[in-house]
Amino acid sequence: MTKLTARNVNVFYGDAHALKQVNLDIRQNEVTALIGPSGCGKSTFLRCLNRMNDLIEACRVEGNICLDGEDIYDPAVDLVYLRARIGMVFQKPNPFPKSVYDNVAYGPKIHGLASSRAEMDDIVTSSLERAGLFEEVKDRLGAPATGLSGGQQQRLCIARAIAVCPEIILMDEPCSALDPIATARIEALIDELKQNFTIVIVTHSMQQAARVSQRTAFFHLGDLVEVGDTDTVFTKPVDPRTESYISGHIG
Amino acid sequence: MAQTAMAARDEARPSLLAVAKGRRARQILGERVLLGFLLASSLVAILTTIGIVFSLLFETIRFLDAVPLLDFLFGLNWSPQIAIREDQVGSSGAFGVVPLLVGTGLIAAVAMTVAGPLGLLSAIYLAEYASPRARGFAKPILEILAGIPTVVYGFFAVLVVAPFLRDSSESIGFEVSSESALAAGVVMGVMIVPIVSSLADDVIAAVPQSLREGAYGLGATKSETVRDIVLPAALPGIGGALLLGVSRAIGETMIVVMAAGLSANLTVNPLQAVTTITVQMVALLTGDQEFDSPKTLAAFALGLLLFIATLILNLIALMLVRRYQERYD
Amino acid sequence: MIDRQSSPSETILASLPRRRRAEARFRIYGIAAIGIALAFLILLISAIGTQGIGAISQTEIALDVTLDESVLGLSDARDRETLSKANYRAVIRAALGDVFPEAVSARRDRRALMKLVSVGAGFELRNLVLEDPGLVGGTMRVWVPADDEVDMLMKGATARDSGRFSDKQLGWLDQLEEEGRIRSAFNWRFFTSGDSREPELAGILGAIAGSFFALITCLVLSFPLGVMTAIYLEEFAPRNRWTDLIEININNLAAVPSIVFGLLGLAIFLGFMGLTRSAPLVGGMVLALMTLPTVIIATRASLRAVPPSIREAAIGLGASRMQAMLHHTLPLAMPGIMTGTIIGMAQALGESAPLIMIGMVAFIVDMPQGLLDPASALPVQIYIWADSPERAFAEKTAAAIIVLLAFLIIMNLTAVILRRRFERRW
Ligand SMILES: Nc1ncnc2c1ncn2[C@@H]1O[C@H](COP(=O)(O)OP(=O)(O)OP(=O)(O)O)[C@@H](O)[C@H]1O
Ligand SMILES: [Mg+2]
Repeated sequence: MTKLTARNVNVFYGDAHALKQVNLDIRQNEVTALIGPSGCGKSTFLRCLNRMNDLIEACRVEGNICLDGEDIYDPAVDLVYLRARIGMVFQKPNPFPKSVYDNVAYGPKIHGLASSRAEMDDIVTSSLERAGLFEEVKDRLGAPATGLSGGQQQRLCIARAIAVCPEIILMDEPCSALDPIATARIEALIDELKQNFTIVIVTHSMQQAARVSQRTAFFHLGDLVEVGDTDTVFTKPVDPRTESYISGHIG
Repeated sequence: MAQTAMAARDEARPSLLAVAKGRRARQILGERVLLGFLLASSLVAILTTIGIVFSLLFETIRFLDAVPLLDFLFGLNWSPQIAIREDQVGSSGAFGVVPLLVGTGLIAAVAMTVAGPLGLLSAIYLAEYASPRARGFAKPILEILAGIPTVVYGFFAVLVVAPFLRDSSESIGFEVSSESALAAGVVMGVMIVPIVSSLADDVIAAVPQSLREGAYGLGATKSETVRDIVLPAALPGIGGALLLGVSRAIGETMIVVMAAGLSANLTVNPLQAVTTITVQMVALLTGDQEFDSPKTLAAFALGLLLFIATLILNLIALMLVRRYQERYD
Repeated sequence: MIDRQSSPSETILASLPRRRRAEARFRIYGIAAIGIALAFLILLISAIGTQGIGAISQTEIALDVTLDESVLGLSDARDRETLSKANYRAVIRAALGDVFPEAVSARRDRRALMKLVSVGAGFELRNLVLEDPGLVGGTMRVWVPADDEVDMLMKGATARDSGRFSDKQLGWLDQLEEEGRIRSAFNWRFFTSGDSREPELAGILGAIAGSFFALITCLVLSFPLGVMTAIYLEEFAPRNRWTDLIEININNLAAVPSIVFGLLGLAIFLGFMGLTRSAPLVGGMVLALMTLPTVIIATRASLRAVPPSIREAAIGLGASRMQAMLHHTLPLAMPGIMTGTIIGMAQALGESAPLIMIGMVAFIVDMPQGLLDPASALPVQIYIWADSPERAFAEKTAAAIIVLLAFLIIMNLTAVILRRRFERRW
């Protein structure tokens, strides 16, 4: 089932044309990987999906992006509600300068998802558990989150995102700041999360894309060159640009 | 012929090294001298501080010969006028600084009640909400306020604010003296708004964008992001901005000289007239009196007090802002 | 899975209206804060503007004076000395007597009549005669300044029944007006004279001259010292505790209350070095110390803004560090340095507290001719007038403020234009 559809999406930063006529479907409960050389517009596309680009003054988005058939760029759309449904994890872990507990509790708190302290404890615990972090931090929930290791911080950010119960989680190179062991943990986590969430992940590692994703989209210089099942894209790419990228010739 | 001429020219041409030596020696000497000048001028700033400290200390020590330190610091009565008469010893005038400290604190408190919220809110608006056009409109307003001389604020306090406060509070049955702490404090608060807001603006702008994006990504509204994430992250820097505001408030002279008056009442009621350290310094040193009467010396003791207080505030504020900036480098 | 009574999206949707309202409220707070600042600014400018506009004009009274030698008390001598000592007041009194013959009989009436005309009328008459001694013996019509209370009455600032004028005086004034002997003229005295106890004679030129001399001193001292300090700290100083100390010290000096600098001037420049009290030289020296941090900070910022590549290129061509600095970096940083200096000068121009401490608050009528003549300064003059009980000084105060603000606006605009003109993107 298609969760998100992008039709004829063009993005401009001032005069620079960063994304050209992108058409892409994101399917429910699948992991979609966005790959391509640096500067090709992967992050730009990802940030279009929860309208994070609205924060950038010079950025202009054209075309259609629909979540369950509803245009998310409709002026009537409430950004708060949209972003609660489409969560995001960033390239560099960005925990708030608060305690571990408060980081995870922040989303549920502002949205009023917990009606009691016990319920909030529940949400925090289960989110941390599902992010595979609970065992490591259960004794220091009150400690500042900035004291965690990089990999722990990134899992905390994932826990923070899933605490709000989004339908989709966008991840922009979530492992680029992490070592291989932390990366492996997060990849395992992504695999598990796709049961309940739809996931879009930007990655520079072809192996990672191959390991975690069901579908892969290849961007090049602002064009969506090719999209298909991950196996197909990696084994029988249609476009020569994809071919040369996955074989390590460009990017 | 040609051959010899050339040889002669070769002969006449000094060696590369010799040229370099002569020129360089002169150049190096010149640069040394210049560097000396540069170094010397950078010492002027230090000398100024030393000059301030020494002139204040020296005169204060002489003042303390006439008035015991404890009487000065803890005395509840300030009436230096008595000491002016020749036949009286200096110590028979009352030099208790407590009423001045309370008055200074009271006016500073009123000022910060105005400048704190107004300064912070406008900083938040400028940093987080304003479009570039709104910023281009709002920033000059604050810059103009910052550029108005304090003597103008003082005149405005006397001309408009004090009569307005007196009339409006009379109509609701309050008694406000025409030289109230309130009038001076409110006007001083407006004067301090640009100081607080420009520092806080910088501090808020230095909060990394990634923290904001983290909050927006969870679905926080702008005000929630500002309140829960940006402001707590910027707190030390904002504290620094407020402290610098307080430091300005206690050191401000003209507004209080013109609008607060001379009566050394020991009160925390902002509707009454109080006096401040700076007002008394001006009062003690204007008019013709000989240089070393306790009256003039008292001004230096007050100056030392003021200098120490603002120095502590400034250093804490600078440290807070510095440490904060390092955190998010 | 997490169990919840209602689905999260419903809860979030339900919370939206409340949060949107909170959001709107928060934005309004910010706008309100700016709005209050703007309202204050408008109020301040309009209050001072309406108050100060009155000082543009001055009520004058026409008198037909006869410069009779006997009234003037002149003998044959016509040298300056004698002429300037002649009794011009008597001439004025006589001229008034001609207009109101009935008032001359009683001494009280004579005095009440003389009160309508400024005490400066005699001086102005004297100046006319000194310029042209041939006037003596003749008759002419002169416009002399009215007393400040009369001026206030004519401008409508005093009510007729305020009790400041007797019925007789009011009657005389009515008669003068009927005869066309009262006019409202441009108040050139305000711009061409020094301070005076009489509001109608007081002017700002003396204070402007004092401010000018003080600012020149301030500029001559603080500009080179500030720029040299900045060059040293930015380009040559080793990074160690010592330079750290200098740096903290400069930042702190920028926040020391200005009145403390006044004490420094009082103790060191006046007390220790024995310079003249009330002199613009001393005022300028104190202001220079206060302006120094501003110049240093601005200069360092502009030096830092010059890309290192330029300096490196110069050094690559064989220039020494000092040459690279003097020939390349410094000229490129100059517009920024000048902008900062002008802003520093503008701050110095508005300062009053330290100048009061070193005695520039004294009552000074004469125009200062140099750095050592006793003088006041524009902001201090404002303070002196604001403190004066005569109500006519209120409009002089406001007018002086307008002049001060005009100077500040010109200086700041120059700085802005300079910055715009030379703003460079490397
Ligand atoms: N805020 C911005 N303002 C202007 N141009 C931008 C901005 N962000 C991105 N761009 C431009 O848009 C293009 C696409 O950038 P984007 O960040 O989407 O690339 P990317 O594929 O994510 O690259 P990377 O793999 O390096 O993260 C680039 O040419 C970039 O320079
Ligand atoms: Mg990217």
